Amino acid sequence: MMARITAGVASSHVPLLGVASDFNKDRDEYFGPIFAGYDWTRAWEQAEKPDVIVLVYNDHASAFDMKIIPTFAIGCGERYKSADEGWGPRAVPDVEGHPDLAWHMAQSLILDEFDMTIINEMDVDHGLTVPLSMMFGKPDAWPCKVVPLAVNVVTYPPPSGNRCWALGEAIRKAVESFPEDLNVQVWGTGGMSHQLQGPRAGLINREWDNMFLDGLIGDSDHLRRIPHIEYLRETGSEGIEMVMWLIMRGAMGKKTRALHRHYHVPCSNTAIGHLVLRPDNGEGLDMSGSDTVRAIAAE
Amino acid sequence: MITEDPKHQDIHEYLAEMEDIPGTRVFTAKRARQGYHMNQFAMSLMKADNRARFKADERAYMDEWPLTQAQKDALLARDYNRCLDLGGNVYFLSKLFSTDGIPFAEAVSTMTGMSFPEYREMMMNGGRSPEGVRSIRANAASGGETNEGSR
Ligand SMILES: [Fe+2]
Repeated sequence: MMARITAGVASSHVPLLGVASDFNKDRDEYFGPIFAGYDWTRAWEQAEKPDVIVLVYNDHASAFDMKIIPTFAIGCGERYKSADEGWGPRAVPDVEGHPDLAWHMAQSLILDEFDMTIINEMDVDHGLTVPLSMMFGKPDAWPCKVVPLAVNVVTYPPPSGNRCWALGEAIRKAVESFPEDLNVQVWGTGGMSHQLQGPRAGLINREWDNMFLDGLIGDSDHLRRIPHIEYLRETGSEGIEMVMWLIMRGAMGKKTRALHRHYHVPCSNTAIGHLVLRPDNGEGLDMSGSDTVRAIAAE
Repeated sequence: MITEDPKHQDIHEYLAEMEDIPGTRVFTAKRARQGYHMNQFAMSLMKADNRARFKADERAYMDEWPLTQAQKDALLARDYNRCLDLGGNVYFLSKLFSTDGIPFAEAVSTMTGMSFPEYREMMMNGGRSPEGVRSIRANAASGGETNEGSR
């Protein structure tokens, strides 16, 4: 039995959501509607019981400074601590890696002509830990292992959307050739529209964000051809993080169906977007347990 | 939603487009080089010892870094738009926001010419519309405000 990719999850990773979770503000008037959009997913994840998350995110001047700027980097370490981003590390569990799968992926990706940077030791910041909190709540230990996949989306040029999508396709190939029975999800994080700098700060584009969410569902691949300038003009200078969602989408194969969708404005400076996808290429995934949860959650 | 063939991206056209967005300083290689020491200085404030030394004497601490006088002045004045012009990047500068103990969104609001309450209200009302702030060239061609939202 080989490892298989069973689902894709997209989510914003705004640091303030981590603060809200850590200080129990997640059900207050401001954050309540944001977290409520993840309730479905939290119940669904409990039923799905993924073994490993390939978590695509970007580091925000935490583990990496300007000294070294890898375009695509894969974490092959045993475990990762929560980074001190200037106000002390988040009080969340350590993140356990999956070095066997990660090294297998690194080798497979490099042979597939994606020249990955390999990381054995690093701390992980809100880009990685906030999505874990949104999807799993506040457990004593994270319920699965994580392969961090860090993307440069800060110093220009970041990788193109097309390259990100293609990396996703190569990740699928890599995971499916790992000879162990593993339930693997791929998460793409960051976004949606936001601009954190300059006189244009505060930009939000609800219409564009929703077109992007629509585009991730089904069998179209037009999103991979959006140039950087389009993200910058339409979704703000930090909206470019959405190219990371395309790595997740590329890993779903030709077609997807949406299981859950959530959109909310604002969270601080940012539009929150969240989508759960199932690859829909005749995989015949036995997910009857999670479908039951889905039915209950829908009632 | 514009899409194009990703294989035909000319570097010079690409970089010229980056400068065509009103009120925005895209963190290009040129800015990354110009602001290297400013961003690394900001990064150093992640350590409590460094924060303490900086707070005790900002000028003396900054003198330990190869910063230009203009960069030091912009940092001292917390003039973040000026910092961006001099190669600063907001993710690095945010280490200074947290050293000052101000929320990220409040520091962001200082770049917009709005007060923090005004900025927050704009966000609660759905944020800033992209209408009229997509392109400096397009704004000029339509005879509108050429530098709307920019400086
Ligand atoms: Fe981010």
